[in-house]
Amino acid sequence: MPNFDANTIGELLRALPAAPEPWVRRAQEIPRRAGSRRPFGRFLEAFSGPAAVLAHSAQAAEEEAEPIELPAWSLQAGDLDRIKLRAGWPERVDREWAWGDATGAGVRVCVLDSGIDAGHSLVGGIDGAVAALVGDDGEVRIEEDSEGDLCGHGTACAGIIRSLAPECSLTSVRILGSGYTGSGAAFLGGLRWALDQRFDLINMSLSTTKREFGAALHELADAAYFRRSLLVASAHNMPVESYPWRFASVISVGSHEDPNPFVFYYNPSPPVEFFARGVDVNVAWLEGAQMQCTGNSFATPHISGICALILSKHPDLRPFELKSLLYQLSNNIVSA
Amino acid sequence: MTEGPLAAAVAAGALATEATHRSLLQSIVDVARAIFNAKASSIFLYDEDTDELVFAAVSGEGSTSLPGMRLPSGTGIAGWVLASRQPLVVEDVTQDPRFARQLAADTGYIPKGVIAVPLLREDRALGVLEVLDRPPRPGQALAEIDLLSLFADQAAIALDLLQHARRAHAVVQGDDELAIIARLATAVLAADDEQRDAGLRLLRSVEELLGRGSAI
Repeated sequence: MPNFDANTIGELLRALPAAPEPWVRRAQEIPRRAGSRRPFGRFLEAFSGPAAVLAHSAQAAEEEAEPIELPAWSLQAGDLDRIKLRAGWPERVDREWAWGDATGAGVRVCVLDSGIDAGHSLVGGIDGAVAALVGDDGEVRIEEDSEGDLCGHGTACAGIIRSLAPECSLTSVRILGSGYTGSGAAFLGGLRWALDQRFDLINMSLSTTKREFGAALHELADAAYFRRSLLVASAHNMPVESYPWRFASVISVGSHEDPNPFVFYYNPSPPVEFFARGVDVNVAWLEGAQMQCTGNSFATPHISGICALILSKHPDLRPFELKSLLYQLSNNIVSA
Repeated sequence: MTEGPLAAAVAAGALATEATHRSLLQSIVDVARAIFNAKASSIFLYDEDTDELVFAAVSGEGSTSLPGMRLPSGTGIAGWVLASRQPLVVEDVTQDPRFARQLAADTGYIPKGVIAVPLLREDRALGVLEVLDRPPRPGQALAEIDLLSLFADQAAIALDLLQHARRAHAVVQGDDELAIIARLATAVLAADDEQRDAGLRLLRSVEELLGRGSAI
């Protein structure tokens, strides 16, 4: 795809009767993504000159512009220089290179779960909380959430992520806890919102078995993969079809019994791809309590926490690079 | 009324009763309790209409007082497992202030260690299977989850059958205009040989009258 400057874009737009609706929508979405470390500025820059016809708020104009990556459908010879990318990592990688001295700072983690008790000592505060609520008409609406955590699951996950990546940003998206019925729709709606916010990591220590949501979840998982939002999902150790952990675009996590939170294994027999600490984990519970629990629900945030550390040190890694790096650093990978 | 519930009604009348299914659920918690050498085991059924968990079968502690008791679906370990659809092991649930208070008030029995797995059938979460207070087996937690999950699969099938039977019962007992067909089928199946032959001849005549296998 040729490189257009702002003037060329302006000429093109003047020739159009109106700006294409999807472009307008994307430009209007930019302010909401202001907290993301992801690049959007080239797009904004292209449309913010005198020739721009797109509507965007004054707040958007004040945001620091970062380049956006528009889809490329082919590669022309003249574009080769444009797509030159810096190598993701050196020839040999180790954990020191991957996350040595990292704290998770600058990485935005979403916990898609039952809410988070932000006041729990193991959680140490969060940067936002919303709830995906299903109306009588079946529509999902996203609202600010002040309920905290109704069952404790999300708080447990958040505490584990915080224990590994103490300076990461945590946001709660509550899709459970206010009645079980309709959770499939809330699951989809909450995940869709999280993708729109372009979180770096989305922890999902849960799954749905509703087939009617499987295809939609698959699409969202792939969208996340291309948008550089990494989904980390609990695997099922039961003979059931459940989602989204089975999708190749997410990182699926089961449990091992080692008490070291930084020990993880790659599974050469997927669909479960990684095993992390999931036995006798000390987790945050309701009303400020702590409990020792076992389950894949707790293994998953261990991988999320480690990914947050890696991304805080290497923010440009794409989901497939991050997964490959986890593979390289797994405790069961031995040198030839 | 569709063919599904009618077929289910006939099958239920022919094959099983709710009591049979209840016996199956009871057998599952009895075996689970025995295998884990636990103080108790229970199956919760999720009631979608009321958004509650119901004690459907209990073995050991609480077996006389708990069956039929209802809890909000988000309650305690079982609600946690139902919502997340993930198995969970907690070695000391008394650390959970809400759980201990509620159970002490409701049942008088406060378990300490719990293994809980969801009962999943096709795309539905039907309930939760729990094993309470088994002897500590360090290093065996994941194996215990795998083992209880096998029972959970069996329990989920039993719960599914139970729910089918209840729906079928509702169809047979209902005032749907086609419920008479289900009642006739049940009556024919329950009749003695002579009555059954007569009844079937009559039904075949009705079938011919209406046009066998053709759209009416």
